[in-house]
Amino acid sequence: MYDTVAEPVNAAPFGDAEQGRLVRLSTARPGEAGVIVDVRAESHPADHGVDIAELQRRLLEFGFVEGARLEVLHEGAIRRDPIAVRLDDMRVALRRRDAEDVWVLLDKPRA
Amino acid sequence: MSEAVLRPARIALVGNPNTGKTALFNALTGSRQKVANYAGVTVERKEGFVTTAHGRSLSILDLPGTYSLRARSPDEAVTRDAVLGKLAGETPPDVVVAVADATNLRLVLRLILELKAVGRPMVLALNMYDIAQRQGLRIDLDGLRRELGCPIVTTVATRKRGIDDLVAQAEALIEEGAVAHANVWREPDAAEIRAAHREAQRILKTYVRPPEHPDTLTGKIDAVLLHPVAGLAILLGILFLMFQAVFAWAAPLMDGIDAGFAWLGAAIGQTLPEGLLRSFIADGLIAGVGSVIVFLPQILILFLFIILLEDFGYMARAAFLMDRIMGGAGLHGRAFIPLLSSFACAIPGIMAARVIDQKRDRMTTILVAPLMTCSARIPVYTLIIGAFIPNRTVGPGLNLQGLVMFGLYAAGIASALLVSFVIRRVFWRGAVEPFLMELPTYKVPSAENVARNLLLRAQIFLSRAGRIILPLMIVVWFLSTFPAPPAGATAPAIDYSIAGMLGHAIQPLFAPIGFNWQMVVALIPGFAAREVAVAALGTVYAVGDAEANVGALGARLAQHWSLATGLSFLAWYVFAPQCVATLGVVKRETNSWGWMGVMFAYMLTLAYLASFVVYHAAVALGGG
Repeated sequence: MYDTVAEPVNAAPFGDAEQGRLVRLSTARPGEAGVIVDVRAESHPADHGVDIAELQRRLLEFGFVEGARLEVLHEGAIRRDPIAVRLDDMRVALRRRDAEDVWVLLDKPRA
Repeated sequence: MSEAVLRPARIALVGNPNTGKTALFNALTGSRQKVANYAGVTVERKEGFVTTAHGRSLSILDLPGTYSLRARSPDEAVTRDAVLGKLAGETPPDVVVAVADATNLRLVLRLILELKAVGRPMVLALNMYDIAQRQGLRIDLDGLRRELGCPIVTTVATRKRGIDDLVAQAEALIEEGAVAHANVWREPDAAEIRAAHREAQRILKTYVRPPEHPDTLTGKIDAVLLHPVAGLAILLGILFLMFQAVFAWAAPLMDGIDAGFAWLGAAIGQTLPEGLLRSFIADGLIAGVGSVIVFLPQILILFLFIILLEDFGYMARAAFLMDRIMGGAGLHGRAFIPLLSSFACAIPGIMAARVIDQKRDRMTTILVAPLMTCSARIPVYTLIIGAFIPNRTVGPGLNLQGLVMFGLYAAGIASALLVSFVIRRVFWRGAVEPFLMELPTYKVPSAENVARNLLLRAQIFLSRAGRIILPLMIVVWFLSTFPAPPAGATAPAIDYSIAGMLGHAIQPLFAPIGFNWQMVVALIPGFAAREVAVAALGTVYAVGDAEANVGALGARLAQHWSLATGLSFLAWYVFAPQCVATLGVVKRETNSWGWMGVMFAYMLTLAYLASFVVYHAAVALGGG
């Protein structure tokens, strides 16, 4: 349903091994954790039932804001969708297709 | 005397979903509550009353839960408009009580900032405070009070703690004549939402120390219940248990009710002289009331499950597990809750579709909800299965009758998924709404809240039964009693009645699907409510009989119908829009005769096609 993810243009400052990977939340797997660094309004404007700015506002309202801690807890059985995440101190479920514009800087893998 | 004494001051409860707001409402008002609808919309309006220590009467309004005043669904729009004082037919609240889950303050703080902008006098109720204390969460109540500029009360709604204090604080605001500031609220844009979050975060950091023993139980339970394989298996197990309970647990109660009404009918039959009055009371009135009340046990058991699962926090998990399966058919994961409720009755199910934010998802859910096997079909299924399907064991723990019942449920579910898939393709051209849902912390349901909710559902069912089914039963009795047969008539009396004439007149339309005129007569009142068809069949086949128990009726049907006809009747009932009340609710919820017409037409078409196929297949296989 959702596209595979291209690296963002500004990935370089975060993308190196020193700081862990920068990923779209839509591609994250259970066990991966990090900090939200960007919530955008740019993906697939025609494909959503609401316009993309509205999707961004809803994500923000649910607490998907820059600086929030996030950990992917579970994923569904079919196509690994939807996902359940711990977002600061609450748990939220969302579909991967709606999570594309949430960029997460993953924690450095422990050595 | 001031005006405030003359009319009850109005208090509105506002908060995020899953904060125990309704439990708080119940704790405040007890049994002094009434449920209606807001003018012009079908959002449930729950109002209750409480008398303060000073003898003042306060009206408490339980507003739908929301994360933001930027409403995204009809329910949330009611909350916004009520708080802003824009709701038609409602005066704005004198005091807003913001209800917060003390263990989960982040999002509600942002809502509180919005409420502050609205400017109404406010009290913050930190609910579930016992859990916060147990977790070692520390809240600087004085600091938070100064920061937010409103009184704060800690409450434990399920144990009625802090309730008097909350009432006293609200009353104090009313007494001191606290007035609303000018409303400066407007829809926030993305930047403003971010800023509000930062502000909420700052407040949280300053006044709340994180818990020493955070809740780990929810995570542990989720590891099992949200497991891709185990979680789905458990969900199916719970659904299976629900069906079993509806059949097995309800049976003794239903038998008891049946026997009671049969005894009552017979007792009155003996005291009254033979004639029209006796026939009316015994066959029309008592049989009609009995045929309604006998299904109350099943409805209560089903709602008991639904309410328990909801209060426990499982419903959101079920929506999570089902989302992809439902999503494939073009449904929202949240549609799971309305559709599950539709197993009890499509009417609460269709009304529960209000929890779905987006119009398209909501419409699709409403249109397919009546395909889920509602409890009103159970009596029809039970009757026909009992009459035509042998009560035989076909495997370990598998009974053929149970298997057929399961198949009928499965047919309903499969067709609902198929129809919603088609609706999405035809009407919405593939657009899909976002799906964002909080997974609440698991909680032990409070017995009192469950009981109160259950009582409410029973009242709603009985009042519906009383207002719709009973008059219809009397109409059926009238139609099938008048005109009386001529002297010396040999055929059953009903053959000469209005119902008989109607049935004979339209029977040719139903001949291709194997229906006889008695069935067609039963379908006429059956359009008012599905379960009426059973009583109507009883009337049609046994007018004048003092007893009309299901077993005897089943035996009668087995004599008069072929197997193919019985199966065709079952197939008809999987699809047919045999419920005026459902159509009425759809008209109200969609505010459109057009959508109602679409539903009626597609269901009728499916029913006719399904019966046609089933009848002819059964005849071809020798069941004619």
